[in-house]
Amino acid sequence: MIQTLKMAMKSISGNKMRSFLTMLGIIIGVMALVVLVSLVNGATSTVTDTVNSLGTDLLTVTVSDDYGNLVTLDTLQEWATEDGIGDIAPAETTSATVKYDSDSDTATVYGTTASYYDVEGLELSLGRFLKTTDVDNNNYVCVVSQSLAEDLVGYLDCLGEEISLDGMKFTIVGVLADDDSSLTSVLTSGTLAVYIPYTTLLRISDSISSDITTFYVSAAEDSDTDTAESVITSLLLERFEEDSDAFEVSNSNVLEDTMSSITSILTIMLGGIAGISLLVGGIGIMNIMLVSVTERTREIGIRKSIGASRGVILRQFLMEAVALCMMGCLIGIFISWVILKLASVVVSSLSMSFDMNGPVVLIAVVFCFIIGLIFGLYPANKAAKMKPIDALHYGG
Amino acid sequence: MIDIKNICKMYLVGDEEVRALDHATMHIDQGEFVSIIGPSGSGKSTLMNIIGCLDMADAGTYLLDGIPIEDYTETELAHIRNKKIGFVFQSFNLIAKLTAEENVELPLIYQGVKRAERKARVTEALKRVQLEKRAKHLPTELSGGQQQRVAIARAIVTRPSLILADEPTGNLDSHTSGEIMDIFHELHQQGNTIVLITHDDEVAMQASRIIRIRDGKLSDGVTDLGKQRSSMEVQS
Repeated sequence: MIQTLKMAMKSISGNKMRSFLTMLGIIIGVMALVVLVSLVNGATSTVTDTVNSLGTDLLTVTVSDDYGNLVTLDTLQEWATEDGIGDIAPAETTSATVKYDSDSDTATVYGTTASYYDVEGLELSLGRFLKTTDVDNNNYVCVVSQSLAEDLVGYLDCLGEEISLDGMKFTIVGVLADDDSSLTSVLTSGTLAVYIPYTTLLRISDSISSDITTFYVSAAEDSDTDTAESVITSLLLERFEEDSDAFEVSNSNVLEDTMSSITSILTIMLGGIAGISLLVGGIGIMNIMLVSVTERTREIGIRKSIGASRGVILRQFLMEAVALCMMGCLIGIFISWVILKLASVVVSSLSMSFDMNGPVVLIAVVFCFIIGLIFGLYPANKAAKMKPIDALHYGG
Repeated sequence: MIDIKNICKMYLVGDEEVRALDHATMHIDQGEFVSIIGPSGSGKSTLMNIIGCLDMADAGTYLLDGIPIEDYTETELAHIRNKKIGFVFQSFNLIAKLTAEENVELPLIYQGVKRAERKARVTEALKRVQLEKRAKHLPTELSGGQQQRVAIARAIVTRPSLILADEPTGNLDSHTSGEIMDIFHELHQQGNTIVLITHDDEVAMQASRIIRIRDGKLSDGVTDLGKQRSSMEVQS
């Protein structure tokens, strides 16, 4: 085995230029594979991190059938103490006509509790958010979105002003910041939103019953969304007679899911294209090996006459093809590593990091090995099958 | 040692069937130095290929050291060639990329001999052909005579039962030929069996026995060179 490898290396190094050109196909193929996949992965993980920091670790629970077992604020408070769950906030919405002086518009009204602020990851630009006492006392206070303050009231600093919702007067106690970094706020940016205590909403609205049908759940700090999801799901199952159709828990990481599915498609596509170039490199190897077998017909004859069996010749040429492939592969991986390092330096301002993707390197190595075997097999077999006398008398 | 009975070998040249060997029969004993002589086209190369287990006869039997060669597969024949036969060719047939030493080492590698023993045996073989100083040279850096001596070293390194030389002096000048023949004589004296195939009478005469081949037929066992000569004259 070692002898065969030595012989292979000798024959490869005996024709450096040709060996290099043959390897080039594999080098470029491996480079394309490793660099592209690593770049996509690097970009993906950066973007995914960003998406994750947008506070999407949020579960939305919708109850469609409560089996006569109403979910109330007390229930939510009880659930919020469970392990793995951070906060729970009701999110009943309705729309109402909002009026300030003579101006009026339609706004979305959220009936919720103080915990909504943390669960949704909101930010205030002025004043305060709803407090638990507001909920307990059915206070007629509200927090408005920045756009409502600017568009309806006319100026941002509108704390203490009174607006009316469907004729009921509310005092503005806080103004939310239009936060571009938050995904939900990007999606809801520019909408007119008013946040009032849940209990107050129950009073003023006819359409909202005292049964909470929608609420948000955030994961505890020392836990993750998946854990929170399983905890809340089991709580809900217990409450609703093990009927999983009675409610729906949706992970709001939809965007993240979409992103990851897009990038995995992208990875597979790019990997496939790079794989094709590897395949082309493999054909190049086969081509050269065939030429090499013809060129070395006499050598094969000599080797056979002094006792090399078919298997030995087959192994020798196969080893040469595989060694060529593997050398190309290693060089390709090294160049990829250099390219990725350079890329990381160039885009360091974007806080992206392009690390060599371990699995793809492994795939490249295995793939190269297989290509070497497959494309080496035909020429090697051709060499092994030669009859010693025919080979000896070839060309002289 | 070599026992050939009624060997036939046919070749197709175009549409025509050429009988290269026609019921050839011969016997060579252990330790003999035999030359097989014949003009080109007489079938001597075919005979040499068959003796050397490089080719198989169409009919007849061939026993090498008591082994019936026609019963073996190609891979087994490779092992037999490796262990029992040392080839010396007219055109030396060294592998150009390998040094003298590596060329001589090759059959031992195929035998699976351990490295240390290989080195010792290679050095010994090169010493016997007085080339130990040129061990690291490539064939292209050696003269024809030196290349042939490397080839002989390669042939004897496995300690084969039979050294089979095909026109070993064909590509060499008369002085170098003499040197090569001296080596063969020496090997013969050391007890090696040597079969030398040639078309050159002068070379053939140096063997202890001459077998003539003409049109695929052998005339075996003539040891008296004078008689041989006169019979040739009668023939011609």
